[in-house]
Amino acid sequence: MADTRWFEQGPKDLQPNPKKRESKDLWVRCPGCTEVLYKPALAERDAVCLHCGHHFRLGARDRLALLVDPGSFTEADADLAPSDALGFVDSKSYPKRIEIAQKKTGEVDAFISGPAKLHGIDLEIGAFNFFFMGGSMGSVVGERITRLFERACERKVPAIVISSSGGARMQEGILSLMQMAKTCAALARLRDEAKMPYISVLADPTTGGVAASFAMLGDVIVAEPKALIGFAGARVIEQTIGEVLPEGFQTSEYLLDHGMIDRIIPRDALRDELAHTLRWLLGQPNPSAPVE
Amino acid sequence: MDMVLEFERPLVELKKRIQTLQDMQEADGLDLSASISQLQVQAVRLQEQIFSDLSRWQRTQLSRHPHRPYTLDYVKGLFTGFRELKGDRAGHEDAAIVCGQAWFGETPVMVMGHQKGRNTKENLRHNFGMAKPEGYRKALRLMQLANRFGRPIICFIDTSGAFPGIEAEARGQAEAIARNIMEMSVLTVPIICVVIGEGGSGGALAVGVGNRVLMMENAVYSVISPEGCAAILWRDRAEAPTAAEALRVTAEDCLGFGVADEIVAEPPGGAHRDHEAAIASLGEALARHLEALSKMSPQEVKDDRYARFRKLGGHLEPS
Repeated sequence: MADTRWFEQGPKDLQPNPKKRESKDLWVRCPGCTEVLYKPALAERDAVCLHCGHHFRLGARDRLALLVDPGSFTEADADLAPSDALGFVDSKSYPKRIEIAQKKTGEVDAFISGPAKLHGIDLEIGAFNFFFMGGSMGSVVGERITRLFERACERKVPAIVISSSGGARMQEGILSLMQMAKTCAALARLRDEAKMPYISVLADPTTGGVAASFAMLGDVIVAEPKALIGFAGARVIEQTIGEVLPEGFQTSEYLLDHGMIDRIIPRDALRDELAHTLRWLLGQPNPSAPVE
Repeated sequence: MDMVLEFERPLVELKKRIQTLQDMQEADGLDLSASISQLQVQAVRLQEQIFSDLSRWQRTQLSRHPHRPYTLDYVKGLFTGFRELKGDRAGHEDAAIVCGQAWFGETPVMVMGHQKGRNTKENLRHNFGMAKPEGYRKALRLMQLANRFGRPIICFIDTSGAFPGIEAEARGQAEAIARNIMEMSVLTVPIICVVIGEGGSGGALAVGVGNRVLMMENAVYSVISPEGCAAILWRDRAEAPTAAEALRVTAEDCLGFGVADEIVAEPPGGAHRDHEAAIASLGEALARHLEALSKMSPQEVKDDRYARFRKLGGHLEPS
């Protein structure tokens, strides 16, 4: 896998974290077409390969910066910090793994969220950071997502979550699993009480406990091209059924074919398309209609 | 065929010796009662010793014991008038989860749970208790049916996890689990969930969003199987006992995290040694919780469930 950590460099209104380590390598090989790409040029294109359209992974702040109106985002719940409720140790202790991930990304945990505007539409938005422990959902991520839905419910505004996560965080054990129930219950209140829409954006990868909760529950679900999306890991499935998996299994395109998502939207069109769908959901006029 | 776990072996062998002496006494008319009662005292002590100090991995093994009571055993022992209700109404039926109408005492309830098999034929039919999307969708359909008619719901959890297969993914395994979790959270009838054996991750939670979550004494509940966790973090499935320890999978652990509300005592030596006692023990707990929940209004039932899950987690927050 190519090292794309440097993409987490945030734009001005989403304040890049100065503590983050920068990779010095200026070149990266595209996993889609194997072309060697110049990183600064790739960053200019929002981390989409010039040759084959491969969508590189992005950090949470970069994803939000692509979507929100400049200067409109205010981070919420930034003071929530992870704790080691289980005293979990494998080859490293969980606190050590957190420390490493925090140094690498400059973030406290794997999800960034807050109120923002998108084409002037007031909303609550959040994004996963896959570079923080695989975007895994522990208590901090679950709590931030729950509060995102609760704020949206209280303010009666729509919600958007951009998922990019391997699933629940093993190091927080059963408490991670419970985040699925907590977040989904809050989402149900947004739907039933505030009657406000929620759009789920799936980015590479969205699997396990994140797929099996709020990520697959959008009123509208869209995905970036060729993202890995599914519940069980490919290796587990192969071992269980003893068969080779079909070509393109668990990709955005596969899910679209099987009726599990509404649309695939390339990154450069995402902002405008989300606004277009939000306007319809909110009953606003269509600004792109021809003027008589 | 009797399946004996390694740590149970000394006890099982001692009990065999007692049986041999008893047989001899009967056949030959010898008075061996002194030796027999001595060994019986020894057996009780040994059992206490083994079961008072089970490791988390030993508990995991017990939770999977093929002689434990399964969902349909509890259904048979605790309810009357059970009639199975089937199908997801979208083209599929999945016997990995069984559902049906029944009465608990005087109360009409909806009862459902993962069903494991005791032999190859049963396991083929029930797919080892590993549900596909249609299993979860059937469960949700019948929970919503129960909700419309004001019937409390009892869910038995006993699965190693949701089935990992091509068809299951193609039909939306993730969506089916997600939908159940969200829709269970808004039901206005009491839901009591009982982990009777294995509580395997999302496949368990898909019928696990209850007002009360009880766990049998030797049941486990985990975000991932110890084997799966060991394969990822230790790169070796043989480290499963270490992973079980790290994951804190037992009923006692879950009670400590607030994930379980009560531990239901099993008979000495585990539920697999005495189904009747295990079933009676759970029956008492179910009656008590159902009674308490039946005093709440529909809105209170829903709010109670929200509050229960809302507080679960282990984040730090400066005050």
